[in-house]
Amino acid sequence: MLYREAGQFKTTYAQDMAMFPIRQDRIAFILLLALAFLVVPLLAKLQIWPFGGEYLLRAILIPFLILSLAAIGVNILVGYCGQISLGSGAFMAVGAYSAYKFGTGINIPLAWLGTAIVIPPLPVLPSILLGGLMAAFAGVLFGVPSLRIKGLYLAVATLAAQFFFDWVFLRVPWFTNYSSSGSVNAPALNFFGLTMNSPIERYFICLSFVTVFALLAKNLVRGNIGRQWMAIRDMDIAAELMGIRPLYAKLTAFAVSSFIVGVAGALWAFVYLGSWEPLAFSIDRSFQLLFMVIIGGLGSILGAFLGAAFILVLPILLDQVPHALGIPISVETVSLLVFIITGSLICYLLIVEPHGFARLWSTAKEKLRLWPYPY
Amino acid sequence: MIAFGQFLEILIGGLLSGVLYSLVALGFVLIFKASGVFNFAQGAMVLLAGLALVRTLDFLVARGLPFWAAVILGVVFAAAVMAIAAFVIERYVLGPLVNQDGLTLFMSTIGITFVLEGASQMIFGADNYPLRLFPTDAWFLFENQFPGGILVSKLDVWGGLIAGVLVTALAIFFQRTKTGRALRAVADDHTAAQSVGIPISWIWFVVWLVAGLVALVAATVWGTKLGVQFSITFLALKALPVLIIGGFTSVPGAIIGGLIIGAGEKLAEVYLGPSIGGGIEYWFGFVLALAVLMVRPQGLFGERIIERI
Amino acid sequence: MRSPEVNDVMLRVERVSLAFGGVKALTDVSFDIRKGEIRAIIGPNGAGKTSMLNVINGFYHPNRGSITFKGKSRPRMRPYEAARGGIARTFQNVALFKGMSALDNIMAGRTLKMRYGLLWQALRVGPARTEEIEHRQRVEEIIDFLEIEAIRKVPVARLPYGLQKRVELGRALAMEPDLLLLDEPMAGMNLEEKEDMSRFIVEVNDYYGTTIALIEHDMAVVMDLSNRVVVLDHGVKIADGTPDEVKTNQAVIDAYLGVAH
Repeated sequence: MLYREAGQFKTTYAQDMAMFPIRQDRIAFILLLALAFLVVPLLAKLQIWPFGGEYLLRAILIPFLILSLAAIGVNILVGYCGQISLGSGAFMAVGAYSAYKFGTGINIPLAWLGTAIVIPPLPVLPSILLGGLMAAFAGVLFGVPSLRIKGLYLAVATLAAQFFFDWVFLRVPWFTNYSSSGSVNAPALNFFGLTMNSPIERYFICLSFVTVFALLAKNLVRGNIGRQWMAIRDMDIAAELMGIRPLYAKLTAFAVSSFIVGVAGALWAFVYLGSWEPLAFSIDRSFQLLFMVIIGGLGSILGAFLGAAFILVLPILLDQVPHALGIPISVETVSLLVFIITGSLICYLLIVEPHGFARLWSTAKEKLRLWPYPY
Repeated sequence: MIAFGQFLEILIGGLLSGVLYSLVALGFVLIFKASGVFNFAQGAMVLLAGLALVRTLDFLVARGLPFWAAVILGVVFAAAVMAIAAFVIERYVLGPLVNQDGLTLFMSTIGITFVLEGASQMIFGADNYPLRLFPTDAWFLFENQFPGGILVSKLDVWGGLIAGVLVTALAIFFQRTKTGRALRAVADDHTAAQSVGIPISWIWFVVWLVAGLVALVAATVWGTKLGVQFSITFLALKALPVLIIGGFTSVPGAIIGGLIIGAGEKLAEVYLGPSIGGGIEYWFGFVLALAVLMVRPQGLFGERIIERI
Repeated sequence: MRSPEVNDVMLRVERVSLAFGGVKALTDVSFDIRKGEIRAIIGPNGAGKTSMLNVINGFYHPNRGSITFKGKSRPRMRPYEAARGGIARTFQNVALFKGMSALDNIMAGRTLKMRYGLLWQALRVGPARTEEIEHRQRVEEIIDFLEIEAIRKVPVARLPYGLQKRVELGRALAMEPDLLLLDEPMAGMNLEEKEDMSRFIVEVNDYYGTTIALIEHDMAVVMDLSNRVVVLDHGVKIADGTPDEVKTNQAVIDAYLGVAH
């Protein structure tokens, strides 16, 4: 099938403004969804290569989906709105622990009023969404400084969020329901009366969340609010002189970004880890997410997926390939190599292609449209 | 009197440990002043300098060299390593990124951080290497006035002295030397500086080298305190609130910011910590910095920015 | 030389002074802009022209004096309030949103006219979708008017300077402003581009009835386009009147020829 748009005439603006204006792209997207929703689970069910032994699902696909979701959130803030964040891990934690609290019930005694705030344990789905909402609140709270301060100073404000929440979930026992070890267990994964525990079912949960949120995010970034974010990113002063309120644009970016990151955090805790400690959302996680966004492509939803895939697969490749070639390489060396390669790649991409892998992809598509002619 | 003695002890300890933050913050200020780059890699540079120093030192001492000779050779070798790092960073990362916006430059230094962290541990080893350059015991002062006296760590005092010498040396370098003056010209306007014949890539190399040497000095003190190990890079993060309070462009600001953060977090830990769970040192500096930012977005000593369009 | 049809005042600048530290950018400047006219602000470099525009749309706050826009005087106006009041602006050094296409840049100018919130936009169904399409239609009219159909999906950073200026004008027009401030719209253009831009300015004024204030260095353009001219020098108003009056004013001639003060 050739990648051509000749003969596809758009007669209305609505057609021109569709998410995939070119027919081949639409078909490819539907095929991809079919592959993800039907073929992968089927192969996994039948234990056909490469899905034997659940490794691929549990250790690669599930974390890939969740981290892609988180990267979409980070990309909205960093890539679209141009507000640097080094505290994404903290907002994942807020999502995870809030979801945990909603899932296990909340009881805050207000002795001086003679009453108490009591919320019975909620089902998993509302817990996860409320976790996202709490993360959105936290995001807005730490986003407020962005109205006064810019760029590098803001990086420090988001670091403050990271360190503050690290401490909160480590030291305030209320959040861990007074667990003596500090680690907590997610409630049973019960969706609409169905318990979903097998890797295939967990994969389904993640895939559904990612698909829905990726589409919603795509709609936002190509709509009016997305243009406001990008306007603030590209030239905040001119944006304000055109009637774009920095307050609204920046805080919505913080809210939407943290919401998505928070939902990803709740999924990470509930669906991927099952039981976790605050360490799961440390500053390393924040950097990991930032790197996914830079490598995948700042300001691109597709880029979030590409970046997440790269960051996840790189250490596995570095571990497996030398092994397969018979070169012994220690675990420690692998982790240091990951540091060096990721760091160099970031510098390289910032110099050569600031829009990351996503831009390489779209350049390739441009070429393909014209192929085999150069122009 | 016990309470006041304790307060004094905490205050002095806090101020002195604040100076140690300033040592790291100084490196940030130098680079930001000269090139507008917020160098996230300063902490990684401390790690690199520390590892280069301590590994050479251990190697030479094991070969039977007297300690003082090993120290000198170790410092020379570590300085050379920092020079190589400065050259590579300028030549291959920041040179090509000249005229990019601050955010891109900042993200590139995060990339540099990871490369430095990976490479330095790969080359020199990834353990905790103890470094003994300064005395680590303590004095007890005013034993007549306060029961038990006031404990002051000798290492912290050394750190304070070294910071003082360093600031003086930097002031002389900036004010009195030709390179220093060229450096200030570049900081003001690098295209203008270039047009009067100042070789900008040489200047930036010098800046990164000086920041590398500052990192080496910081490494000697911090290495003695904690041992040279990976977690030393987190110091860089602790130095960020210092920068916010002091302003990114002010050398005295870096010192005063360090004092404020150092004293503030120790006092907060002792007097506020117990009532809300302890360990608030971990974030207190950041929240303090954030509070300052809300009031003065340019920090206490930064210059007010007039925006133009 | 064309004559204004209506004479009521749209914007009045009264005794405005502005200083940065010790540097005086504007001293005691007063003038008015009438509804429907093209008003030029001229003066040598550093005369305070751009500062004047910055004061008008709320980017700088004057130390003294007042700005009365459409009969309302506001002491400290935020830029987005000025925009909401109907003041649009282009910039001396093009200030487009570099990472966005020409179309998106102009669409961004419609922000104030769009009503549906975050949730509607995320779902992009029903009224939010209709709204987006309606505004796209309005924007396409502007694109037609400015003759930039071919570049609508090109990222603006890739466009040549003259076209960038045109997109910037389009972005300002998308706001459907009552008062349009143009800061050197023809700087750095060749003759042909200048003629195009002049034509657009006159047509905007004629066709949409937009009041225009422009800063321009090209005297021929100023004399052709404007109804009235205000002349600033060192932050002080030295002349105000029709192009012909200003042309023969001795103070203006001195200012341009650099007679010592």
